[in-house]
Amino acid sequence: MTALFKALGFSIALILVFASVTYVLPQVRGEAPEEEEVNLGELTMDDFVAMGEKLYRGKGTCTLCHNNLGRAPDLLTYNVVSVSLERMADEGYQGQAGDAETYLRESMVEPSAYVVEGFGKKGTNDTESPMPAVDQPPIQLSAVEMDAIIAFMQQKDGNPVTVALPSGDDAPAVESGEGAATPPALAQNAEEALAKFGCAACHSVLQSESPVGPSLRDVGKRLSVEQIRTSIVDPKAEIAPGFPPIMPEFPNMALAELNLVVQFLAQQDGSEQ
Amino acid sequence: MSSQCKNEFCGSAMSACRRLLPLLVILLIALYAVGHSPPIAADSHGMEPGTAMMGGDEAASEAELEPAPRLNRGDYPDIGTSSRGIVWVFAQMHLFFGALVLAVPIFVLVIEFIGFYTRDDRYDDMAHEFMKVSLTAYAITALFGGTLALSLFLLYPDFMSYMMRAFGSQVLIYALLFFLESMLLYIYYYGWDALRYGNRKWLHLTLGLLLNGVGTTLLVVANSWSTFMMAPSGIDPATGAITGNLWEIMKGPLWNPLNLHRFLANIAFGGAVVGAYAAFKFLAAKTAAEKAHYDWMGYTSNFVAILAFLPLPFAGYWLMAEVYAYSQQMGILAMGGILAWLFVIQAVLICTILLAANYYLWNGMARTEGGERYRWLVKYIALVLILGFLVWVTPHNVIYTGSELARLGGGHHAVLGPLGIMPAKNIAVFLMLVMTFLSFQLYRRADREITVAWKDWGNALMIAIYVVACANIVFAGVYYGYFTNTVYKVGSSVLQVMSTVVVIVSGVVIDTLMFKGAKKLPVYWGKVSNRSQYALFALPIAFTWLMALMGYIRSSVRTHWHVYAVMKDNSPDNFIPELATVGNMVTGITLLFLIFVLFIFWIANLSGTRQVPPATEGQAATAGGAQ
Repeated sequence: MTALFKALGFSIALILVFASVTYVLPQVRGEAPEEEEVNLGELTMDDFVAMGEKLYRGKGTCTLCHNNLGRAPDLLTYNVVSVSLERMADEGYQGQAGDAETYLRESMVEPSAYVVEGFGKKGTNDTESPMPAVDQPPIQLSAVEMDAIIAFMQQKDGNPVTVALPSGDDAPAVESGEGAATPPALAQNAEEALAKFGCAACHSVLQSESPVGPSLRDVGKRLSVEQIRTSIVDPKAEIAPGFPPIMPEFPNMALAELNLVVQFLAQQDGSEQ
Repeated sequence: MSSQCKNEFCGSAMSACRRLLPLLVILLIALYAVGHSPPIAADSHGMEPGTAMMGGDEAASEAELEPAPRLNRGDYPDIGTSSRGIVWVFAQMHLFFGALVLAVPIFVLVIEFIGFYTRDDRYDDMAHEFMKVSLTAYAITALFGGTLALSLFLLYPDFMSYMMRAFGSQVLIYALLFFLESMLLYIYYYGWDALRYGNRKWLHLTLGLLLNGVGTTLLVVANSWSTFMMAPSGIDPATGAITGNLWEIMKGPLWNPLNLHRFLANIAFGGAVVGAYAAFKFLAAKTAAEKAHYDWMGYTSNFVAILAFLPLPFAGYWLMAEVYAYSQQMGILAMGGILAWLFVIQAVLICTILLAANYYLWNGMARTEGGERYRWLVKYIALVLILGFLVWVTPHNVIYTGSELARLGGGHHAVLGPLGIMPAKNIAVFLMLVMTFLSFQLYRRADREITVAWKDWGNALMIAIYVVACANIVFAGVYYGYFTNTVYKVGSSVLQVMSTVVVIVSGVVIDTLMFKGAKKLPVYWGKVSNRSQYALFALPIAFTWLMALMGYIRSSVRTHWHVYAVMKDNSPDNFIPELATVGNMVTGITLLFLIFVLFIFWIANLSGTRQVPPATEGQAATAGGAQ
């Protein structure tokens, strides 16, 4: 019996030593990704970019490989947009993209369209990427989620964000991961942007007259660039005296369009009246 | 037939029926499963009204396109406790015992053949005694298997329905194989003495071979379920619809690597458990003869366990390489993501195994006078093993507080940081394997006086091979690990594997040639310290913990998928738990296994215990009183 107790005591002690090691290591819990209810209708571009960053580090599992350990290019260390343009011009490029936004989207759904040297699947001479298509299981990002990541990629290096904000109509696409949101065409200049978002319906601007909101013809003289930007992104932050607080938000306004409008309005000092 | 014979016959028949009962339970469960799996043409919520009007081919075609179920939380039965926890315990216990009962007959057959070949009855007796341990374990394996199947059908009905749809009649074949395995096992064990000598021994050996053939088939069939869940094949990847035949479903990319890995691991595990049995018997032995017998049995079991363990890292390497090839994301999650922390524990476990195995071999040199010649090398081997252990357990980084980060000067320690990544660990692991083989080789040489004329050249060659292999392991790890990009880092392991294999193969070949005509020194079985026997307890404990841990990692790389990328797990348990929770589960299961193993040992001893008849007791008392 002594032998039994000694053997048992030794064995249990050893088991407990192994168990104790698990207690000194970091206690991290890996949650399954949950489909978040995002009200796309109320999403601002900043929210959209933040959503992209969250997806990049979370559900998209991009950082598993795209990190500083050398398994895939670390996308956070260089300007992805300018590098995209170089890669599209490379003779090894097999895709169809004509601009950085399309290139980035293509790189997510067809990773082998361009394989960065040294990062291809073993034995394929860099013609096949080991990266999974992110719109397929197990990652299964929706079109809107991919757009959000593109927005994050564009904005992180100060590039204009060219993807369009999703509208409320795109909501089912986020939940189910099916279908693609077709982004509306981006305005090419300030006049187009003002027309696209119906600014002249309430404000006097360009050749239009409206008394509902304050005139924009001298707004550059009254407000700073930052104040103009804030008044568009968050219209209720400060209400112009004597006018009703009825200005809506513009969740579909791309960052590039916002920049065009802000730049144009900042130049309106009333001299052209 | 005399009434006594009739009674004996009835008793044996009843005993056989009792043993076959668990298998009947399994067969009934399998029949139930097949019977209750949805008809192949049916929608998961019942037949579409028009389906009954379809022709057979048309209906079958529709069925093949039926997608994998998409489950909501409400689709999982809630029994008030963690379903995963229940399945975890039963699955792991079934795997433990399955490993034991499949492994023991493999090395029993080898030992029996050695006994037959060398005409040494000790081998034959030992093989027979091993089978006694295996026999009780077999019934427990079947009981845990049946309970596991019931738990899965109760707690994960839709998942099991999908699995049944994929594997169909294969589960019936599995059950039938189980019957065949049982019959062969009982004939093999109970027929041992009846088929012991001459041509009958060949018949017995053939039965053993058939037993192992069926056992290995059972193993690979069951493996296909696990690998299908990890890397499904024979399905439409977009919908999970079953498109391939049974063979296409079974032969997924991870099937063969897992088959090899489990086959080797089972032998190592089985050898270690039986070694612990021998160690226990050694410690409890009352006579020198008993001690000698169980010392020899413990040595042989340990030999088998370590022999199977040495190539295990290579099989593991193949498995992980295939995991990476199938899904880089899955591979990184295991080796560089949240599950990577568990490899720190793996390091502790494998180092325990290597230290215990080496310690046992060093102690074993005391059995021969020739062992003294090599004792001076032990401290250097121990030093390499301990340094290897320290490197292996050095984490790459841990979660620091702000002040800790400030004191450290960054996320990684300036000196220890480089030791935290895989190249350093590979160097450590392969050097430890080489040193373990060196201990083994010294042990084998301990009871021999080499007499061949070229012994100095042979020794010089062996030393040169060790030096070059160790240098190559270090060079490949340092150069490819730290001065090239990640793609080449993985490639460096191949050089290290080759170096280790060259040492092992050339060591065996050179020694075999050098041992020709060698003078045998006397071996004193039983002349080994009691302390050394605890190494034989440490081995199965570490193996058991390790098997449970690695099984958990292998299963967890699927993350929130029942069948990876095809059928999502939306149950309340679809997360990867904290490490301490994993540790608690693995510890609990290991303790449970320990209790059952003790029960098996007790049963094995009980069968050899005979009560003294009352009349004899009276006579003994009288005799005693007369003295």
